Amino acid sequence: MENQTQARRANKRASDILKAVASFVVIVATTYLGLLAVTFFIGRVVPIDPVLAIVGDRAPAHVVERTRIEMGFNLPYYQQFYLYVKGVLQGDFGTSVLTTNPVMADIRRVFPATMELATVGTVIGAALGIPLGVLAAVKRGSLADQVVRIIGLIGYSVPIFWLGLLALLVFYARLGWTAGPGRIDVVFEYTFTPITGFYLLDAVLNRDWAAFKDIFAHIILPASLLGYFSLAYISRMTRSFMLNELSQEYIVAARAKGLSETRIIWGHALRNAAVPLVTVIALSYAGLLEGSVLTETVFAWPGLGLYITNSLQNADMNAVLGGTIVIGSVFIALNLLSDLLYRLLDPRTRIR
Amino acid sequence: MSDTVMTRREWLLTDRPQSRLQARLGRAYLTWSRFAANKLAVIGLGIILLLLFVAAVAPLLAPHSPYIGDLKNARLLAPSATNWLGTDDQGRDILSRLIYGSRLTLQVIVLVAVIAAPIGLLVGTAAGYAGGWVDAVLMRITDIFLAFPKLVLALAFVAALGPGIENAIIAIALTSWPPYARIARAETLTVRNSDYIAAVKLMGASPMRIVLRHIMPLCISSLIVRVTLDMAGIILTAAGLGFLGLGAQPPLPEWGAMIASGRRFILDQWWVAAAPGAAILIVSLGFNLLGDGLRDALDTRSGGQ
Repeated sequence: MENQTQARRANKRASDILKAVASFVVIVATTYLGLLAVTFFIGRVVPIDPVLAIVGDRAPAHVVERTRIEMGFNLPYYQQFYLYVKGVLQGDFGTSVLTTNPVMADIRRVFPATMELATVGTVIGAALGIPLGVLAAVKRGSLADQVVRIIGLIGYSVPIFWLGLLALLVFYARLGWTAGPGRIDVVFEYTFTPITGFYLLDAVLNRDWAAFKDIFAHIILPASLLGYFSLAYISRMTRSFMLNELSQEYIVAARAKGLSETRIIWGHALRNAAVPLVTVIALSYAGLLEGSVLTETVFAWPGLGLYITNSLQNADMNAVLGGTIVIGSVFIALNLLSDLLYRLLDPRTRIR
Repeated sequence: MSDTVMTRREWLLTDRPQSRLQARLGRAYLTWSRFAANKLAVIGLGIILLLLFVAAVAPLLAPHSPYIGDLKNARLLAPSATNWLGTDDQGRDILSRLIYGSRLTLQVIVLVAVIAAPIGLLVGTAAGYAGGWVDAVLMRITDIFLAFPKLVLALAFVAALGPGIENAIIAIALTSWPPYARIARAETLTVRNSDYIAAVKLMGASPMRIVLRHIMPLCISSLIVRVTLDMAGIILTAAGLGFLGLGAQPPLPEWGAMIASGRRFILDQWWVAAAPGAAILIVSLGFNLLGDGLRDALDTRSGGQ
């Protein structure tokens, strides 16, 4: 009898998990298909004729017609979409008109630069944002709380490209504290060999400390800017999570036990606030990938954002849409990852 | 305690209002006093009112023409008594351009709100009220749009539609309706099974009427808060598109585009790029402060995020 109920319960649990996995797969698949449908639609309504872009405006009519058929533009839209999805899933985003490389190869080259920038930015944002948020929550209503709030509000309100220009003006041109635009000085162009594409890491692997110093001087300004944006978000969320935790009864119990305030705040409250914070950090990382489009343009940072804007200005639609798909995919992945992490870390949301 | 004359405050806050108007005014007064207690929110409101005022009387305020500059004598002048914020590379007065630019900023946010909020409201209430597969499909579409990076998607849209302020507005509106749909749906779900809806249903109201007259009005206040909080983001996205040369085209005095044209002179004539950026910062800060205040004043149920 006992065994039977147990077995039934285990079966129920297994089918529940299966259901959760299935719905997860459906969500990923439909979201991704939706992304591709949008980029496909954009690629078709664009006023630039992709055929003419290849053969040129002076090509005779039969050449244009033949190319149109070769490229599959005579097919009905659903077939074109099918071919498009198939291509994208195989990593084929077409060829860039600007660089004449396959878009995928271009993106593979520039993407690590964006990742490195966003990663350093998130580290800066979390390292400063979490303590500031905790401080604001603990001293609620105090001057410190107000200051953190204003810092955050300005972060939400300032145009990042403008702040970037001013930062370049002050810290590079006037004070000379940091390096200028770009990722690494020309001096290192032939001596520095990238291994992973993450230059800071590569410099450490090569034990090239001069290059490391130069790369650090280049990355610190744009990464701090991005970090400021994630700080604004992270500190605000940390504050609200901490306020929530600090009003719980276990905090009263901990105080009654005579634990030190430091221990209560950092050991108990923050540890419980850490669960939703992980998802916040993942989302802010996704936000920084997006913010990098404007930041990279200002700092001439050779990443995906600059690649997209350069391609835009040259009407290179394959490259623009390829970049959009990659950023969109990472965005979707991070959204889902934060959701999964939340479920994994918070026992209350586990399937019973 | 007979009929002494009530002060205006007592009249507003009375427990037994004599008329519907009195009750409504009383509610509005309470909301306002909650709002006014928040100093930062009042500052935000002041900034927005100032923006509206400047945009309305721009031709009277602007000391010079925003389009015609003195190319011969007045290129890239530093701030002075005649040109308070200096002049740009075409000899145009930057202050005058900023003043006229407020009209473009206002145009962008009003149009985006007018396009995106009703779409979100319609999708959200329809999904929430209909339920079942309609809900599932509509919310899946909403989630798909929500999972996209906004700026990058707007960039791709503008790339397809061609640069220009109208297309930038369409692109931003197309990327900003999903959160409104989410909010409208959530609000709809909380009221759809309440007694008053059942009563209206019994009286024979059609689903259309129920959604339009009895559900949508209840979604409005949380929607207004969300739209106000989004305004800053909309301004920043529009400015970003302008900065990349995809938004308003020259010679329109759009603030983002002005920063882009001042970028070349940032090292020597920094004020050309600094002034429009400061304007963007002030206006979007105003909307953020106002939105925060509105959320606290209107939304008595939950304390924010």
